Amino acid sequence: MQGNSVQLYEGQKLALKYFTVAIVLFGAQLLFGLIAAIQFLYPDFLFNTLDFSIARMVHINALVVWLLYAMIGAVYWLLPDEAGKEVVGVKLGNLAFYVLTAAVAVVVLVYLFIQVGPGTEMTTWLITEGREYIEAPRWADIGIVVVVLIFLYNVYATALTGKRSGILTVLMADLVALAGLYLAGMFYTDNIAVDQYWWWWVVHLWVEATWEVYVAAVGGYILIKTLNANRKVVEMWLWIEVAMMFGSGILGLGHHYFWIGTPEYWWEIGALFSALEPVPLVGLFVHVLYDWGKERGKGNTIKNVPAFAWLTVETFGNFLGAGVWGFMHTLPQINLYTHGTQWPAAHGHLAFFGAYVAIMIAAIYLAVQGKAGLKELKMTKAGWWAIALITVGVLFMTVALTLSAYVQTMVERGMYGATWEGYFVAQANQWFVQGLGWRLATGIMVIVGYVFLVYDLLTCTKKQPVEVSQVETAAATA
Amino acid sequence: MENKPSVWTSNRFWRRSATWVTGVSAVLLILLTVDSMSQMQMGTAKDIQNKVDKRIPSPLVINYKIDYQLSPKRGHEVPIIGGMDANGKSKYEEKEKFFGRDDYTEEEARALIHKGKLTIQAKNCMDCHTLLGNGAYYAPDLTKAWLDPAWNVIGQGYGGKEYAMAAFLQNPPAMAMHERKMPNLGITKDEAKAVVAYLKFMSAIDTNGFPRNFGKIKGAVNARK
Repeated sequence: MQGNSVQLYEGQKLALKYFTVAIVLFGAQLLFGLIAAIQFLYPDFLFNTLDFSIARMVHINALVVWLLYAMIGAVYWLLPDEAGKEVVGVKLGNLAFYVLTAAVAVVVLVYLFIQVGPGTEMTTWLITEGREYIEAPRWADIGIVVVVLIFLYNVYATALTGKRSGILTVLMADLVALAGLYLAGMFYTDNIAVDQYWWWWVVHLWVEATWEVYVAAVGGYILIKTLNANRKVVEMWLWIEVAMMFGSGILGLGHHYFWIGTPEYWWEIGALFSALEPVPLVGLFVHVLYDWGKERGKGNTIKNVPAFAWLTVETFGNFLGAGVWGFMHTLPQINLYTHGTQWPAAHGHLAFFGAYVAIMIAAIYLAVQGKAGLKELKMTKAGWWAIALITVGVLFMTVALTLSAYVQTMVERGMYGATWEGYFVAQANQWFVQGLGWRLATGIMVIVGYVFLVYDLLTCTKKQPVEVSQVETAAATA
Repeated sequence: MENKPSVWTSNRFWRRSATWVTGVSAVLLILLTVDSMSQMQMGTAKDIQNKVDKRIPSPLVINYKIDYQLSPKRGHEVPIIGGMDANGKSKYEEKEKFFGRDDYTEEEARALIHKGKLTIQAKNCMDCHTLLGNGAYYAPDLTKAWLDPAWNVIGQGYGGKEYAMAAFLQNPPAMAMHERKMPNLGITKDEAKAVVAYLKFMSAIDTNGFPRNFGKIKGAVNARK
């Protein structure tokens, strides 16, 4: 790093582009989540203009897409650094970035202004596939596959010709699985049980297997960068976590196969393997705190306080949200009553935030530091407000949704046997409504935190202590 | 050379373990998937002739009366198609008119559920409702919508619940059941009929007892009437 005239790899400049779009889409996710949360309490809000289905679709699609942008960005950021050479095919990578961004813009405009189509194949090709999380029309699916293939080519070509670290080896294996799984969601069948069977290959095997392994690899890189953690130790843990995550996550798929028309043996498989799923998350958690204590003992300072703080949120959030909240309703005996209620919503909010959002923000802070060429990045006041408001907001939101979920399960499933009457009685219960009220309030809290976050990402490098910059300049001139 | 490094801190050992664990899990998943797919094939007219229950029944179930009854053998409720025999199995005898007919051919029935599923996707139903328990939680679960007691009541005014459901789908705000209204999605008459056919077909899918106690809890719904 050369002081203020920083030399970034071209791959890292491309990463900054991906991160910028990611943060914008993160804002869109929160905005449409807010609209959906308001509609739960005031159903006439934007009725017939932007109905709940559309608000919610944009909310969840923006989440998935911004996380993918941030994931690609983080790989482009660490790839030249780890490989010790420029990314191969950066021009192609840039082209892919613009193609992807244009496609995302078109898809969002179609979602917002055309919304739905007639019940024909043409709608699934041009407007929406209407399948939760992967609603994107098929033309966009094919485009995404092309863009991902370019990305994979760049990663492989760079890693194979440069230094191939353990972190890169894990990423190479993981990214090819992640890309391949998307193909499982790209077909149409009249058989809804088969449809959902393969749909879970995309959704579960991404979120509970390949994304988790991705996070472990990037988390290892962040530990090395922020704490000077011993690479050999980090990579050993990384392999242990890969074994545990794939060992539990791949067959943990079974916990989605209880009630969609699948054979009963998935009950036992799903219960056993999803019970194991929290185990690697504890490992990740212990690992971060252990490294922190060990490295601090040597008198090392944290090189990037915001990134490390977000990594700590990630380990807590991942364990609580994915591990604890997931396990709460994963056994078939419980899931029979909680499936399709607010339980998955409570679990989903904390799990996505804890497992993926927090670490992606950490990666973005690393890039902010790298771009400014600072040796150390301290936490600013705005940075603290951002992390506090967003984290506490999501935690409380999860508790609020859990309250609603509890009432819904008792009334709709327990008392009324899952009839529509039971559904509406539960939705009107004052405790249920109060939970949704708190969800809205905490949602606003998260949005305020997001504003602080954007402000901090844009300004934090200018607010670093003077001596750090001086040391930096001195080192650069020396 | 007594100080050999422990295998437990060897990167090579853990890398190999990770590869093996992942490989074995993936192979198991593929084998289980092959078996599941064979059990989840959609039934045919022949299955109905032979009175064979399939997890995913033939679209021809729209010609039959469908029920959801406790199976003492399996310990939870299962779909019963065309009436129940003494052993609690489907008889495939008791027919039920669906839009005035109970003699849909296999092609007609397949065409209906094909259009029904396409419409369900084209209108983003899953971003408010849940199907087989998956989807959003803003509106009721549609897994067993065809059997929901609410439609038995509303259907009386329409000469059958399929007519009531189709009328509702074509202009939901006009028949709103709740302040959280379903918007008008431009569903045509043909699409509405196809969606109702799909809902009837879906209610006959064997969901391993989900949702539990559907509309049958003594001391709750039925007892209050």
